[in-house]
Amino acid sequence: MNEIKTHRITCIVCPLGCEIEIKTKNNGEIESISGNKCPRGKDYAIQEITAPKRVVMSVINVKGSVFPTVSVKTSKPVLKKLIPKVMEEISHIELEAPVAIGDVIVKNVAGSDADIVATRPAPRLK
Amino acid sequence: MERGSYDTIVIGGGPGGLAAATKAKELGMRVLLLENRDMLGGIPLQCVHPGFGLHYFKEDLTGTEFIYRFIDKFEKLGVEGYTRAHLLEIELVSDVEKRLRVATPNGIKKFETKSIIYTTGARERHIFEIGITGNRVPGIFTAGEAQTMMDIYGIMPGKEILILGSGDVGLIMARRFALEGAIVKGVIEIMPFPGGLTRNVVQCLQDFGIPLYLSHAVTRIEGTKRVERAIICEVTEDLRIKEGTEREIKCDTVVVAAGLVPYIKILEKIGVTKDEATKGPIVNDHLETSIPGIFTAGNALVINDLVDFVVEQGEEAALGALEFVEKGGIPTKRWRRIVRGRNIRLVIPHYVSGERDVMIYARVSKPEENVKVRFPEIGKEVKLQVVKPAEMIRLKLKKEEIGKARDKITMEVVKDERD
Ligand code: SF4
Repeated sequence: MNEIKTHRITCIVCPLGCEIEIKTKNNGEIESISGNKCPRGKDYAIQEITAPKRVVMSVINVKGSVFPTVSVKTSKPVLKKLIPKVMEEISHIELEAPVAIGDVIVKNVAGSDADIVATRPAPRLK
Repeated sequence: MERGSYDTIVIGGGPGGLAAATKAKELGMRVLLLENRDMLGGIPLQCVHPGFGLHYFKEDLTGTEFIYRFIDKFEKLGVEGYTRAHLLEIELVSDVEKRLRVATPNGIKKFETKSIIYTTGARERHIFEIGITGNRVPGIFTAGEAQTMMDIYGIMPGKEILILGSGDVGLIMARRFALEGAIVKGVIEIMPFPGGLTRNVVQCLQDFGIPLYLSHAVTRIEGTKRVERAIICEVTEDLRIKEGTEREIKCDTVVVAAGLVPYIKILEKIGVTKDEATKGPIVNDHLETSIPGIFTAGNALVINDLVDFVVEQGEEAALGALEFVEKGGIPTKRWRRIVRGRNIRLVIPHYVSGERDVMIYARVSKPEENVKVRFPEIGKEVKLQVVKPAEMIRLKLKKEEIGKARDKITMEVVKDERD
């Protein structure tokens, strides 16, 4: 069977926001891309269809600081399908102050190759 | 009275205030910053998402990372500042002399200064301002309140959440709720287009399969001990409720992201002239208000979409304050008025001198493609592929260009015919 699947995505590379239509074959091979007004849109569309990635952000509980949480993010975009696993993995963590911006909290989180790093400091309460 | 007098006192320690105070210090001014919360940083302290700093630092930072660069700089420069200092009153003694009455944990203090940079940010529009009836039960929050709960205190505001307003704030909160495991029942938008950036519609809603209801309004919120449901309906093009389109959405939480309004209560009290389009003060190209020596920047001036613009304005206000202090005023031979033309909903600043290059920030009323931004009096045109209400137009007018105008410069958006 050679079914063609049509995906519609909005390009976010520039403010124009082109609606791009991508047709893929059964085996995932890309058949056609249309609607993008420039080549950057094509690259974006291919990335989005084959392996979309996002930066993930959250907060992690911390003891002994001004605020009860530090904010964190992934050090680089991670595969979208790994996001639930990333969130699961960090949900059990409890930190102890002090934490500084850039501290690595989890290395290679959920096997994504990205680290979880702190984005808000948690100085120790005096 | 505290001893000595300052060149400038900055009111508010968010991004605009921190940028203004550090710049003023670098310019060699005697500067004091007053912040009424117990920490410096303002709203970006609770913005854990990326998208900050692309203009200013040429890096993609989270709000928290962005603001700590300024907090660190503030501390490194040794700028004088008080937290938990609440401005009560400004007394105008003379053009170059202001007295501030400030409530602090150690009682009321008075400060003297030549100039003021007012960077108090914005307040959120509340549910009472957007005509929603029903029960006033727990479970109704503004987006900012929900963000403080979740991203500072680590408490989820609810389990099944309906968001009101599709500006960037509403969209970003939708993603945060979804990431943390809440069910986001939808985002309701009264206009026929989303209020926020396309990037956020894609990455905050589409990524999580969150429905966006355009041309919809919430009319009632119901519940007994807690929010149980919201009644939504479609609206017509002129934003009137369409009869018979009422529908119920079950939820335990309603988060109102209905926009921001410049928070300038104390400026209004002393008679600063306000622009009804921005709801902020009328300013000149040094961001000085109608009261000499009182400058403003950031969301107290105009609701900005990027913190990068806020700090840029803060630094401009500091330059203005320096000139004011050195010359005893902002001298100019002739002020030219910036006039709103076709499809320009608001524009900052309102008056330009032609003595310096000026950054213009403007917002359109409606989305358009293939347009030109035109300043007919000075013969300047800039082509843009697209303009949207969600994205500010920011462009520079050179002083030589401004000099060509006599008394006004119109800014308008027109179709690019040659397309
Ligand atoms: S396809 Fe090109 S022109 Fe269209 S939104 Fe993407 S980057 Fe912009």
